[in-house]
Amino acid sequence: MAQPALTGTGEALPRPDGLEGIVADWSSDQRAFKNVPWGKAMMWIFLLSDTFIFSSFLISYMTVRISTTVPWPNPSEVFGLTVGGTEVPLLLIAIMTFILISSSGTMVLAVNFGYRKDRVKTFVFLLLTAALGATFVGMQAFEWTKLIVHEGIRPWGNPMGAAQFGASFFMITGFHGTHVSIGVIFLIIVAIKALRGDLDKQRPGFMTGRKGNYEIVETMGLYWHFVDLVWVFIFAVFYLW
Amino acid sequence: MAHAEGQHHPAAGQHDASAGALHHEVGQQHPLGIYFKIWGLLFVLSTASYLVDYFHFQGYLRWGLILVFMLLKAGLIVAVFMHMLWERLAIVYAILVPPLLLLVLLGIGALEADYTFFTRGEFFGSQTAAPTHGPGATGPVQHR
Repeated sequence: MAQPALTGTGEALPRPDGLEGIVADWSSDQRAFKNVPWGKAMMWIFLLSDTFIFSSFLISYMTVRISTTVPWPNPSEVFGLTVGGTEVPLLLIAIMTFILISSSGTMVLAVNFGYRKDRVKTFVFLLLTAALGATFVGMQAFEWTKLIVHEGIRPWGNPMGAAQFGASFFMITGFHGTHVSIGVIFLIIVAIKALRGDLDKQRPGFMTGRKGNYEIVETMGLYWHFVDLVWVFIFAVFYLW
Repeated sequence: MAHAEGQHHPAAGQHDASAGALHHEVGQQHPLGIYFKIWGLLFVLSTASYLVDYFHFQGYLRWGLILVFMLLKAGLIVAVFMHMLWERLAIVYAILVPPLLLLVLLGIGALEADYTFFTRGEFFGSQTAAPTHGPGATGPVQHR
């Protein structure tokens, strides 16, 4: 079928600012997210739905914590580590937080070098991000082991106080850890694609006929920063509260 | 093949449509400096929120500081690392407005939880609350 001729209106009209601009973008059969690549828009919408999932977990955690009449175990002590004979509160969690923030930093660098078409640097920073993510998961495994084996915390009860502590903890951090693990796998995949030059040569990826390009690095980055973002909330309301 | 790569106006407000017909090839390209600044700021804020716990601040000061640091960190990540600062308002609002609904859920949850707490205190006494019973609950809670 012939393409309809473009009559000079192929590009968007000048866009008004502010609210009028939003109305203009959303109205009259237009593509709403102009200049936003499809993969990125879809990733954002997925992250929006994920926001609701994690928020539901955190809100239900709040609900059980408010409604229990049994004292809540003190996270500062439960997650403390003994270093050289002194008890340092939340040490492991603090280190995990810094690791995840660092991985977000390396991720933005990877995105940046991706758009500069610097194949090798993109690969290096993606791999570094994956390594930091894997370290995070490893430390989480260590933490879970400590809690399950040594402190006897179970989803249905624990020796320190409210039974809901374990259920909330394993559900929330488990779901987050799963997100990190999946992220690590995809970071490695994207890193390999970058190194191989798939993104430069626009080679289609698996399960898609779409040409590869460096936007997938940014889309990957959105997911990764989201994982970091969720951790910010978990750290604040679960560990510090 | 796309040729639109390469020429970016650094840190331009909105990437407007005039960036080229193949504008889907133009990415979010910003000077590295801003990333390093935000990265550092996130470290500082994380340290600060850790110190809140370390120094055992209590009461409203504690909750206030934790929430402020949390929201600042979240804001910086979304705005700069996730490039929301440079996206069109149409997508910014589409993504950031719906989560506001969660505040309603938060409110309902808090109300409900307060009520549950009240009825548990009223009917079970404060010693053995309902949730310790159940398939897995091994004996009474050891507290108090």
